Amino acid sequence: MTELRIEKLTVRYGRGPSVHTAADEVSLTVPASQTLGLVGESGSGKSTVARAAAGLVSADSGTIKLGGKPLPRRGLRPVQMIFQDPRSSLDPRMSIGESIAECLPSRFSRSARRSEISRLLDMVHLDPTRRGARPPELSGGQLQRVAIARVLAARPAVVVADEITSALDVSVQGAVLNLVRELQTELGLSLLFISHNLAVVRYVASQVAVMRTGRILEAGPADQVFHRPQHSYTRQLLDAVPDTLRSTP
Amino acid sequence: MRLLTVLRTPMGVVASIILVLVLLTAIVAPLLWNDAAEARNTANLNSGPSAEHPLGTDVLGRDLLLRTLVATRLTVLLALGATGVALGLGILFGAAPVLLGHRAGRLAVSAVNIAVAFPGLLLALVLALILGVGELSAMWAIGIAGAPSFARLCQTLVASVAERDYIAAARLAGKSRFRILLRHVLPNIAEPLIVNATIAAGAALLAFAGLSFLGLGVQSPSYDWGRMMMEGLDRIYLNPIAALAPGVAVVIAGLAFNLMGEALARSLSTPRIPVAWGMRPRRPYPQKAEERGDGEPADHLAGPGHADSSEPAGPAAYPEAVLTLRDLRVSLPGHLGCLTPVRGISLRIAPGEAVGIVGESGSGKSLTALAAAQLVEEPLAVRAATLKFCGADLMLRPQSTRDRSRYQRLLGRSLAVVFQDPMTSFNPTMRIGAQLVEGMRFHDGVERSWAQARAVDRLGAVGIEEPERRAAMYPHEFSGGMRQRAMIAMGLMGDPQLIIADEPTTALDVTVQKQVLELLDEVRSASSVALMLISHDIAVVRQVCDRIAVMYGGRIVEELPADRLAEQAQHPYTRALIAAVPDMNTDLDEPLATIPGRPVDLSQRSAGCPFAPRCPLATQRCHEQDPALIPAGDSGGAHRVACWHPVVDAGRAALAEADRSAGEPASAEGSELS
Ligand SMILES: Nc1ncnc2c1ncn2[C@@H]1O[C@H](COP(=O)(O)OP(=O)(O)O)[C@@H](O)[C@H]1O
Ligand code: SF4
Ligand SMILES: [Mg+2]
Repeated sequence: MTELRIEKLTVRYGRGPSVHTAADEVSLTVPASQTLGLVGESGSGKSTVARAAAGLVSADSGTIKLGGKPLPRRGLRPVQMIFQDPRSSLDPRMSIGESIAECLPSRFSRSARRSEISRLLDMVHLDPTRRGARPPELSGGQLQRVAIARVLAARPAVVVADEITSALDVSVQGAVLNLVRELQTELGLSLLFISHNLAVVRYVASQVAVMRTGRILEAGPADQVFHRPQHSYTRQLLDAVPDTLRSTP
Repeated sequence: MRLLTVLRTPMGVVASIILVLVLLTAIVAPLLWNDAAEARNTANLNSGPSAEHPLGTDVLGRDLLLRTLVATRLTVLLALGATGVALGLGILFGAAPVLLGHRAGRLAVSAVNIAVAFPGLLLALVLALILGVGELSAMWAIGIAGAPSFARLCQTLVASVAERDYIAAARLAGKSRFRILLRHVLPNIAEPLIVNATIAAGAALLAFAGLSFLGLGVQSPSYDWGRMMMEGLDRIYLNPIAALAPGVAVVIAGLAFNLMGEALARSLSTPRIPVAWGMRPRRPYPQKAEERGDGEPADHLAGPGHADSSEPAGPAAYPEAVLTLRDLRVSLPGHLGCLTPVRGISLRIAPGEAVGIVGESGSGKSLTALAAAQLVEEPLAVRAATLKFCGADLMLRPQSTRDRSRYQRLLGRSLAVVFQDPMTSFNPTMRIGAQLVEGMRFHDGVERSWAQARAVDRLGAVGIEEPERRAAMYPHEFSGGMRQRAMIAMGLMGDPQLIIADEPTTALDVTVQKQVLELLDEVRSASSVALMLISHDIAVVRQVCDRIAVMYGGRIVEELPADRLAEQAQHPYTRALIAAVPDMNTDLDEPLATIPGRPVDLSQRSAGCPFAPRCPLATQRCHEQDPALIPAGDSGGAHRVACWHPVVDAGRAALAEADRSAGEPASAEGSELS
């Protein structure tokens, strides 16, 4: 796996008087085989950073480098993305097998594709015989697993996960997070994990960055950011987390 | 194929039969009668109807009936050709933003916008004159004239698909723009295109008849219905049928295409040109279709001490509840019998009280809310022993129009509904501020300037900075979180007595979520507005609400004061939900707790407790008998639970939460697929 380094990334939307700077000189590093958690309120520019990191929006300035080299602009991309709403991220008219196949590197032969799809479905704990199923037949949690399998099919150097559990039920969220953690350790993925839920980020990330109005306010090891926050906004975020629900152990 | 569902409607069947007849004639008639239709009979020129020639003959003594039948092919072919041209050009221009990228795409959009402004028929006429006389140039003229409206339709359809994440995913997979268009965009917009092309074919047929009639279309010796009408017109006084028969044919064939398109559109519920975006927030199950429940008289309100399981709990100190539901059921009649997604909800909400409803998706939370708000539409049916809002019995069908408008006004002003999904609730082509004004469910006696000021004020109130500037922006310029806040602002346009908020904070981050919850709380305490807060996140609900109702399988399985939740929740499902929420103290070395198995399948409900298949405490009894919602031991009626083996001591609590260890993903959601 490779390190993803974002330096002084600026992204603006619109032109003229209505220009809006969604990312303002953002610098972030996703260390090789580690998870960087990115937290912040909605509209703070997290998704913009995510899309820029994946090459889906172009930067107005700044650089994004993968293992020291610029991101390629065509072909199967080394930075793959998992989206928030699995119903929107899978084509409803394609079987889940076809969706996964779309991301397989071209070196796979026809027969190798079949077994590779089975392997990937198995890896995300889905029954490989359901490869012919179409998205409307599956639940949200299952679809998010398919989306994860598709991303893994591309043999990504870095995976960007943008709010991947916030459209899911709490009961399903746990299963998807367990899977993400399991795969991250097993495959040594470099992961940029975006969420507004601090407890969720705490569960998966070893590094954490805090973002607000397009800027990074604070970044560091998860332990440090959560226990010795430097920025007042981080403290504010931590204070806003709902109290623990369980009776104290 | 989904298109075939059209045959289930009477209109679809009729349209299909006529269309098939027309098409059959187009194929068969020229094969059988082409020569006969050309046969001249100099002895019988310009004759009226006779036994030999049912519609008479033309100038050269040819049989008009046969000629009308034979002309079907050319007429239909040309109409279809013109439609094909319009559709092809429309797709080309409509897909330009995807194929050429944003800048060139914008150019195409403006070009289409200008072209749409020209009246189609006039454009066709002008083009026909420019392109020259003849059937092919007429076909192009009509096709080109029809292209702008198709392009507009395509642009809207393509834009809605292009925003989808699967397009972004395909780009990341390295697929070319052209391939994305073919593989992902076109298949997903095919249905509405087919529908509109069918309707357009009818219109093209009429237009073509017009051009031919004017002599600009088909030229002799070829003939189509339009040309036959022109030729028949010369002798309209001798043999009116000569002109009328092809005219009738035009109407029948045109109608067949049109009807077919309409029927398709209805059965697939696709928009027709011009694409109309809903002006109001689209609601999942809009208005109407309530049924009077067959319970007792509705004005029965229980005082304290009634322990009847169907009696809603809640502060009896407020005899006049804002909302009273007793034995509320929502059912869906179907060919496999009646499904009942909500079955017997009893709940009372007092003025100023905040009641939370939690449960997994599919547990019936939203339907309960929609039923309370009178927003359930057919085929779903609502029944209830009691459904009262602000003292009005909503199960009584309003008799007069005055009553009905009184109801509408009451609901419009006093009940605010904040929906779950702001993405689909906003019209992409309208400014946010204008939508807040439009979205009010009441309009009478409100000045527009006041409403506009109110909209800006409310946007500010939900934490949107620079509300004035934001009000003038379009929904796509808002991030997801801001759209959600604008949605809440829309709910606060009136003076609600009750706010029903369905997952209002699901996509919001903690700080904004907190602000929004505080905002709802502020509104509530300032004017004693009641709140029904629906969420799958039990932590959110507990923060805001006085009382929590936990739903599972269409029923309330536990109802308790919020402060009892952490320590005294007794239902195994409630405990499992609590255990599944990661918090800042969750053990990082263990997998997260999950609830094994999957939510109840409505069509396979057994006799026992709906949670039994997933419950670690389930016994034989649980599988056989459904527990009733009864007051829990020490609570004096404020805490009710429906469980044979409620978790009352710490040991059982540990057992109910034990899935933490069994909660590896394979046994959780993955098992759904086996
Ligand atoms: N396509 C767009 N056009 C204009 N403004 C946009 C667009 N997408 C996002 N924005 C703006 O950029 C800001 C950041 O948005 P986003 O990156 O989606 O935030 P987040 O992911 O943190 O919710 C918001 O203020 C939003 O209004
Ligand atoms: S009734 Fe039985 S199956 Fe249902 S929740 Fe209680 S213990 Fe579990
Ligand atoms: Mg976002």
